[in-house]
Amino acid sequence: MTRYIDTEQTAGDFYTHNFAKKAQEGTLILNLGPQHPSTHGVLRVVVEMDGEYVLRAEPILGYLHRMHEKMAEVKTAAQFIPNMGRVDYLHAMAWNWAFVGAVEKIAGIEVPERAEYVRVITCELNRISSHLLWWGAYLLDLGAFTPIMYAFDDREKLLDALQVPTGSRLTYSYFRIGGVAQDLNDDCLGRIRAFIPWLRSRMPMYKDLVTDNIILRKRIEDIGVIEPELCRRYGATGPVARGSGINYDVRRNEPYGIYSKFDFDIPTSELKCARGRYDVRMAEIEQSLRIIEQALEMMPEGDVLVKGAPKPSWKVPAGESYFAVEGARGKIGVYVVSDGGKNLYRTKLRAPGFCNLSLFGEVSRGTILADAVAILGSLDMVIPEIDR
Amino acid sequence: MIKEAMKTVSDLWSLMVGLKVTGRYFLEPQVTVRYPWKAVDNIDTFKGHLELVPSKDPFKPKCISCGMCALACPSNCLTVVKRKPPKPTPEEEKAQAEAKANGEKVKDKTPKDPEKFIYDYTLCSLCGTCMENCPAGALRFSGNVYQAGYSRNDFLFELVAHMQTKADASPKTEFEPPVAETSEA
Amino acid sequence: MPAEFIHILIALAVVAASVGALGLVMVWVERKVAGHIQRRPGPFEVGPNGLLQPFCDALKLVGKQLFMPNGADPILFWLAPVLSFLPVLVLFLPLPLGDGIMAQNMNLGLLLILAFSGLSVLALLLGGWASNNKYGLLGAARGVAQSVAYEIPLLLAVLAVSFQAGSLNLAEVVKGQGTWPWQWNIMTQPLAFLIYLVSALGETNRAPFDLPEAESELTAGFHTEYSGMGFGLFFLAEYANMAVVCAVATVLFLGGWHGPILPGPLWFVLKVSLLLLLMVFLRWTYPRVRFDQLLNINWKWLLPLAVANLLLTAFFVKFAQYVVVK
Ligand code: SF4
Ligand code: SF4
Repeated sequence: MTRYIDTEQTAGDFYTHNFAKKAQEGTLILNLGPQHPSTHGVLRVVVEMDGEYVLRAEPILGYLHRMHEKMAEVKTAAQFIPNMGRVDYLHAMAWNWAFVGAVEKIAGIEVPERAEYVRVITCELNRISSHLLWWGAYLLDLGAFTPIMYAFDDREKLLDALQVPTGSRLTYSYFRIGGVAQDLNDDCLGRIRAFIPWLRSRMPMYKDLVTDNIILRKRIEDIGVIEPELCRRYGATGPVARGSGINYDVRRNEPYGIYSKFDFDIPTSELKCARGRYDVRMAEIEQSLRIIEQALEMMPEGDVLVKGAPKPSWKVPAGESYFAVEGARGKIGVYVVSDGGKNLYRTKLRAPGFCNLSLFGEVSRGTILADAVAILGSLDMVIPEIDR
Repeated sequence: MIKEAMKTVSDLWSLMVGLKVTGRYFLEPQVTVRYPWKAVDNIDTFKGHLELVPSKDPFKPKCISCGMCALACPSNCLTVVKRKPPKPTPEEEKAQAEAKANGEKVKDKTPKDPEKFIYDYTLCSLCGTCMENCPAGALRFSGNVYQAGYSRNDFLFELVAHMQTKADASPKTEFEPPVAETSEA
Repeated sequence: MPAEFIHILIALAVVAASVGALGLVMVWVERKVAGHIQRRPGPFEVGPNGLLQPFCDALKLVGKQLFMPNGADPILFWLAPVLSFLPVLVLFLPLPLGDGIMAQNMNLGLLLILAFSGLSVLALLLGGWASNNKYGLLGAARGVAQSVAYEIPLLLAVLAVSFQAGSLNLAEVVKGQGTWPWQWNIMTQPLAFLIYLVSALGETNRAPFDLPEAESELTAGFHTEYSGMGFGLFFLAEYANMAVVCAVATVLFLGGWHGPILPGPLWFVLKVSLLLLLMVFLRWTYPRVRFDQLLNINWKWLLPLAVANLLLTAFFVKFAQYVVVK
């Protein structure tokens, strides 16, 4: 029995071999993932390490590729909506909105006023739940086990509220072409109204336990500095860009729906490091609460679905359109081309996580492994969205 | 120098603050519910698998076998099997042939309700498209969160039979949790 | 001296049994406390309040298949968990539970503990090295750097106390302290106590210094490849080590078995459990520090402080002697 196999020859697959070609003498090639506690799903990162230092890193994608764009070609527009909830399971509402919005734009469908408000409320709630989950999971990356439990405690209340109209807790397919599936009933509205002060009362605790903690501050300050220039080059958006001081938010810069009616701030940070992104996300929770509050105030009565909303067999009129919304991770764009046939001719999904992750190779160069993990977490990736 | 020292002290103090938070929560009551022993309050709004809505007769679905739902479903999990027309008696056959010859419309005696309504829960994405497109309002979500099984086949429903067995059993006891107590706040 | 030899053997057997029990209890306490901090009940299904859960876990661990990765060094791989666990047994020998209640009275008890606790690093290194796993290797490298670094301030802090007590015999150190808290060494040596606590966390690889097994970076660090009881022994050794450092802290700083009203051993156990509880709390409260920060804390803060503390202590001890002689 040969115990000491020649690992140089047999270990690794195509990616590792290819990656190793450029390796320096005496370095260690390490596969983080596809199953690794800090990659949140099935992301794989091949890193070349010199001791604890990361010399190069290369994310490898595709372990969760589900051909969403291809599936759009074999389904009618209305039938494709459930897919959108599965692209990014943490901010499903935004993807719902992006696709539905694109189709409505081609067909020129006007959404009832109340439906617009319902969309804003659910989308912002979903954004909060996404940020809360990110917060907990990020701290798990940094080795703190307890915060995620507290975050889930809050998130649970939120999911309960969203479950009332949508019937599900994660992969919502709630939006419809021309509105939403169901109105928010009193039960749901009551839960949301109770949730806003509750979360506000919890935020100081988050600050005490985590944000002010010296260990955490030392862990995330000054690591993973992303220059605005780099963001622009890779097309990073969302909290990653705003954490680098780029004041860009689709809700403000290219308002869609009724976002122009609300008074809210776009939090940005000049720190450019993981800390900046952390701060931006925490501030965004508060801003989302503000939007929801205003939306609840202003919400009119009425229908939530246009009369004669399209049936599944409805053919999208020929044309093309692009619709972008601000997701929890950045700019979600859906580009739809229709040739007037039964199914959409082509659907292109622009996932913010993909661009944000692309930064990683450049940013992680020369960092310590623990920092690389912290940077990876601060980019807030959802792998299914990146792979689509 | 003094500033530095103050900063170090406040940094160390932040560690104490963290301990204070966890210490407080350590003493506070738990927020989890001991689930199988206590009921939870958020499962009523869950969708659960599909079921057929019975008409006035609890053993007969409202469904008119139009097949819209099966057409609308993005995941192809529904199959509606229409009933065969009943075998006509010789007299009827004759009458029908006569009517046809006279150019009259033949009255279809076929009962509208489906013979079988096969539903594959493993494929269903709970989107609700089928429900929204049903002209008769014959589908709804059961809200059953306790659907679990040992094999794939446990998730293959024959909804007509499912509805009838459900009608047989008293509807109250069907989907209650094992021990139904009110949940603690 | 066969009598003494037999004595030690019996003592070791007793210690082994109690370490096993201690491990089980600690697992339960840790999970319960973690649960309550996180506002959930922790284990509660098996036995009253989940008390039997650790037994089931242990049973599961024992029943699992022992698995060795391809290309691992078979001897070193299996030696490591044993080596991590066995020295811990020795550590319990010189600990005085009460006045005269100890497995073995030794003049150099403190030295024995410090010497043998160094062995656990070796086990860690062997485990990480022999498992032919990159994560294991990184974890082992971290573990060695960390333990070597933290051993020094730990030693210096301990030395300061023994200067003061004038003995390396643990029972003597305790006897030098009084019944009430203000007569304990913590009052004269608060800095040494703090340094000791922090370095003890580092020594035992407990969070926030659990870098050798940092699971978000190294999956499980040095014990990535261990299954079943291989992992179980590492686990047990960790808890036993925790108990030892807490017991030593009690002896050195918190007056050992001294305390009003209650009998001595009870006080001892009480103090040790409080320290253990503190360690558990720290673990479930803080994020993990980074590796370079960990070493920085040690070399830039703990070590100079410990040296200064030691020098001051030495000065005062000499000064006191001088005054007394005068
Ligand atoms: S809920 Fe959606 S996926 Fe399920 S059967 Fe109905 S249409 Fe199909
Ligand atoms: S359930 Fe509704 S849509 Fe489906 S076949 Fe029956 S009547 Fe038609």
